[in-house]
Amino acid sequence: MSDPLLEVDDLRVQFHTEDGVVRAVDGVSFTVDQGEVVAIVGESGSGKTVTAMTLMGLTRGPNANFEGSAKFDGTDLVTAPEDELRQIRGAGIAMVFQDPMSSLDPVYKIGKQIVEQIRVHNKNISKAQAHDRAIELLERVGIPRATERVDAYPHEFSGGMRQRVMIAMALSNDPKLLIADEPTTALDVTIQAQILDEVRQLRRQQESGIILVTHDLGVVADIADRVVVMYAGRVVEQGTLDEIFYDPQHPYTWGLLGSITRVDRDRSQRLLAIPGMPPSLLRPPEGCHFRPRCPFAFEKCTEVPPLTARLPDTADHLDRCWLEVPQKRELRKRGDQIGLRTKETVIS
Amino acid sequence: MTRFIVRRLIAMIGVMFVISLLTFLLFESIPNGDPARRLAGRLATANEIAFIRKEYGFDQPIYVQYARMMKNIFTGQVYSYYQGFNVVDEVKLGLPATLSLAIGAGIIWLFTSIVVGTLAAVKAGKNTDRLLTVLSMVGVSFPPFFLGAILIYYLGYKLNWFPLGGYVKLTSDPWQWFVHMVLPWFTLSVLFIGFYSRVLRSTILDTINEDYVRTARAKGLSENQTLRRHVLRNSLIPIITLFGLDFAQVIGGGAILTESIFNLHGIGQLAADAIGRLDITVILVVVLLTAFFVVALAAVVDILYAFLDPRIRIAV
Repeated sequence: MSDPLLEVDDLRVQFHTEDGVVRAVDGVSFTVDQGEVVAIVGESGSGKTVTAMTLMGLTRGPNANFEGSAKFDGTDLVTAPEDELRQIRGAGIAMVFQDPMSSLDPVYKIGKQIVEQIRVHNKNISKAQAHDRAIELLERVGIPRATERVDAYPHEFSGGMRQRVMIAMALSNDPKLLIADEPTTALDVTIQAQILDEVRQLRRQQESGIILVTHDLGVVADIADRVVVMYAGRVVEQGTLDEIFYDPQHPYTWGLLGSITRVDRDRSQRLLAIPGMPPSLLRPPEGCHFRPRCPFAFEKCTEVPPLTARLPDTADHLDRCWLEVPQKRELRKRGDQIGLRTKETVIS
Repeated sequence: MTRFIVRRLIAMIGVMFVISLLTFLLFESIPNGDPARRLAGRLATANEIAFIRKEYGFDQPIYVQYARMMKNIFTGQVYSYYQGFNVVDEVKLGLPATLSLAIGAGIIWLFTSIVVGTLAAVKAGKNTDRLLTVLSMVGVSFPPFFLGAILIYYLGYKLNWFPLGGYVKLTSDPWQWFVHMVLPWFTLSVLFIGFYSRVLRSTILDTINEDYVRTARAKGLSENQTLRRHVLRNSLIPIITLFGLDFAQVIGGGAILTESIFNLHGIGQLAADAIGRLDITVILVVVLLTAFFVVALAAVVDILYAFLDPRIRIAV
């Protein structure tokens, strides 16, 4: 097998604030292959968006500090100079943001905004050609009457339509890697499904790698090949979709899976929350970050568990939990304490 | 668009009516403002004053007096009670100087404050920003009569680089016109540059955090392109509003201090003299003129808005 499209190795991002150093991302490693959809999941503040933005170089600033590497196409996105990174941004790697309502500049026609992105990376394309390409892209993401709509302003579009425009824009230079940061969070469920269809098509037609940042496990189940679960700046578990959904190894993952609304359960068991609050990244708890919220924590948990494969048969299923595998499977079966009613989810 | 213009015209007439009425009543009720006494002069007898009062109709009801005043203003037959000149002619005479001041200073202060404000925002928190902040504060705190006097003394009187004041017509000698206007332009601009650049700086710092600016960066635009195309364009709206109103004020004779200190004989200086003498006809005409420019430019600003921000076009 060839090298992965993107190889993130021990990425650390720290922000210096007035209150101290925030370790927003604390040693994150994962890879994305061509044509693969990798989902990064976790609750707000887990560092998933910072990870995504750092790959684009959008978190750089006087107060930010980076370690580790992120290799894309022979370039280290973490250390590459701004000029080099700018060539990649919007061309090799494109990003779709969370809030389509505010992500388009209100004063320019959408066509112009797409043309801008095409021409900033390829100056040989004439305005007219770029305009035609913009129409083509809008048609591709399912905007009806694209020839007319290309001259519309963002405020004349609904949220779903705007997100399509954002996707069209991201696709305009045939990116090898698409980073979608909660692309459907601000949208209706029906629109959500349509947008996910676009993403799926992109993978099929273009063999692009896709990083999907989300907290919506429904979306993950729908589209992802592999899942990276983040908690308080660290990866706590990663593996294939089936591994994560059917044999989750970290109690936090159990909690996440347990908090999916289940209409097949009793009313009192339909929506279960993980108790407690995510820790402050200024002063995270010693050892395992999930320890204070974890009902199964024991003495060993004050040491940071390494992210390794603990299951004998799967080398790529990694997690950060000190519990033994059989112990965990046992706990999971009766462990409704953090929401996971397991009978129907466990294969073992 | 037609509806917009018609609506604006009606509003304009309404505003000017109210302003004229208020100004008229104000100066009518001011103590020692009796126009008959002023017309008659200091040595007039009671009889003479009574005669003038009757002759000019100052004894008639106030609304009759108001109506006559308005009619006189619009037919150009309104005279100074103090000096007897035709006020409309006098305003026309002062207009070139005031326009020269307003347009020249307006261009200078608008462009300089955009440059200064943008620079301060880009360098926010750094020494350049601190220096510009201090300079802005100094600029805002310098009253024109002080700054103007200093400039005239050092650059005019001591160094002899610039004339000490006065106005030369553009049509009679363009170079002299320019030389005479440099100090007034500078003096008036300094005040506005300080204020505008602060407003622009804070608007830019707000805009820079907008999601669409992040999108622009994610597209691969350089910082410069992002700033020019996306940040600045969206930050100019408050500046345009301020500029429309301030510019209208200056055209309408609002730069009283600057005009007076440089002896430009513009509308502002005319107004200053008239206020000193409670010359109500002159005051009325100048106030109406200012109101006209303010309301008219406010309408122009609204049209400009629609040009800058397409979301406003529907409402227009």
